[in-house]
Amino acid sequence: MKIAYNYAFFDEGSKREIRRATLKAIAIPGYQVPFASREMPIARGWGTGGLQLTLSLIGKSDVLKVIDQGSDESVNAVSIKRLIQATTDVAITDETKEATLLQSRHRIPEVPLQENQILVLQVPIPEPLRWIEASEYATKRLHADREYSGAWLMLFEQIMKHGHISTGADHPVEINDRYVMAPSPIPRFDNPKLHMSKALILLGAGREKKIYAVPPYTKVVSLAFEDYPFEPEDFSDKVCRLCGSKGVYMDELVDEAGIAYYQCNDASYCLQALNQSDKQTEVMG
Amino acid sequence: MAYVAVKGGEAAIQESIEGLRYERLKKKEILEINSIQAGLRGLIDQIMSESSLYSEELASIAIKQTEGNAEEAVLLLRAYRSTLPRKHYSRLVKTEDMQVERRISAGFKDIPGGQLLGSAYDYTHRLMDFSLVEETKAEAMKWLEAYENRINEGSSPIEALPKVVDYLRKEGLLREYPEDSREPKDITTKSMAFPTERSERLQALTRGMSSAVTALGYAAIRGYSQLHPTVGELRIGSLPLYIPNPLSLQEASAEEDFYIGEIKATEVESLIPIVKESQGGKKEIIFEIGYGICFGQNETKAIAMSILDQCLERPSKEFPTHDEEFVLLHIDGVEASGFISHLKLPHYVTFQSELDRVRRSRRGGNENEDSL
Repeated sequence: MKIAYNYAFFDEGSKREIRRATLKAIAIPGYQVPFASREMPIARGWGTGGLQLTLSLIGKSDVLKVIDQGSDESVNAVSIKRLIQATTDVAITDETKEATLLQSRHRIPEVPLQENQILVLQVPIPEPLRWIEASEYATKRLHADREYSGAWLMLFEQIMKHGHISTGADHPVEINDRYVMAPSPIPRFDNPKLHMSKALILLGAGREKKIYAVPPYTKVVSLAFEDYPFEPEDFSDKVCRLCGSKGVYMDELVDEAGIAYYQCNDASYCLQALNQSDKQTEVMG
Repeated sequence: MAYVAVKGGEAAIQESIEGLRYERLKKKEILEINSIQAGLRGLIDQIMSESSLYSEELASIAIKQTEGNAEEAVLLLRAYRSTLPRKHYSRLVKTEDMQVERRISAGFKDIPGGQLLGSAYDYTHRLMDFSLVEETKAEAMKWLEAYENRINEGSSPIEALPKVVDYLRKEGLLREYPEDSREPKDITTKSMAFPTERSERLQALTRGMSSAVTALGYAAIRGYSQLHPTVGELRIGSLPLYIPNPLSLQEASAEEDFYIGEIKATEVESLIPIVKESQGGKKEIIFEIGYGICFGQNETKAIAMSILDQCLERPSKEFPTHDEEFVLLHIDGVEASGFISHLKLPHYVTFQSELDRVRRSRRGGNENEDSL
């Protein structure tokens, strides 16, 4: 009855099967490959798709970084790291450039990714057409026919209603001139990072049982109209209160006096920037 | 360097986990696995069925670990199940071979082999039994001995009872289907694609949350479907399991099969009258069978499953109970509880993104708005 778990939790057959689906996903950028998603020791909807990808890929020499909404120390990031470490004992890092394998929820790190890195994104709803068409049977056919009028109409209707495109995170993209894809709910700010990414980006949806991919150096375009261009969230006039960075995705916080202030959402980037400025101060002092 | 906003999470999490352990132990009692296995049959059966892992012992450990939280216990067992390699497939199990403990029919008063009530809550008054507070082991043992003596006198286990529905089949009242010997699909090794096959639907239903399957089955008979089922037969008992001799070099023959144990199951065959157009355009009524089967004694779930089986055999957008994507994609406990509970995770980034848009819309539309 007392059976220890295999390296990286899964039996080798399961890992191989997940990798097969992953290879297919890389071969057809943006196509959602169905796979036999396993139940994991964390709750479904808490990153089990990403976790299965990570566990199927991880090896002893990997260096792992896990982030949740930009933070390495967020509850779920810590829980996922612990689980992976308990069954693999790989090295863990907070520094984006040191990691070989990064699992993230809803953010692409601010530090640009490199060719030797794989970014795994956790996806709640992989189907970009789901809000337009509830049926999986129907959306599969819409993709096959490259019938994306629904997605365009959704954006058009937003313009009619609000005077601008009102998608929040998860603004749909077209990849490799073929599939319309949900970029997992990364903020619009991160969408441009998908385009011609040096790193392989894998997206895993555990509950919905789908894997899809943005292979390195692939064209990714956020859906928009000529006269209503794609607009990322605007933080141009915001400065991080901690490290003084500009031009990154910001968390909005409120101080005791009720005044809003901003700080970098990517916590490890912020810490790095802080250390950098400390060093500079030392040199100058 | 102070970095309060993001540092310190790790210690807080550790403390939360310790707190959970404290909650389990603070009343200074250790729940024995044996006691759980002996006394919590209902919960064990529910959890084994929803986790599709048949082991009373593992279910008992999961119950202890999760303080009896069924949703967590099911998650624990499913996740454990994920790591188990599939070594053998059993021979086809025929429920005619069931060692029956309970077997009733709501359709027929007299059934070949007779109605067998077995043990069930159906015939109890649901009055609180306050004497249980004072129950002693000595009294319980005395009662147990007397009961077992009485039962063992002259009775033997009942095997191979004929199926109630066979009686109707002989009479030609059931719709006939050619035997379908295709390998059933397994949704745990290949995710469901729509439209599904019946084997996939039955598997999703039997793994479903008892309460969800019951609720949807209830909706179906309350007006969200046109079906009017009658329980033709509900049987509970043990099913023997065999695997082909793994050492056999040729195609293993049935004589060499290995017996690997038995599982307790609840099986329901519901009769549902359907109007059928026969040759020549004449309409006649014929019965279809709705099928339900679950690990353990889970009667309500098995009946509800049999109703939903027939609902899904007749796809229709008129009622959600006849829409396979609606039913099958939302009854899984791990998936439903997981996605609902994920709302507790931080959504700072996504919410910030939404906030950006809300503010944008309050500022007024795009500069181009006038030109629309």
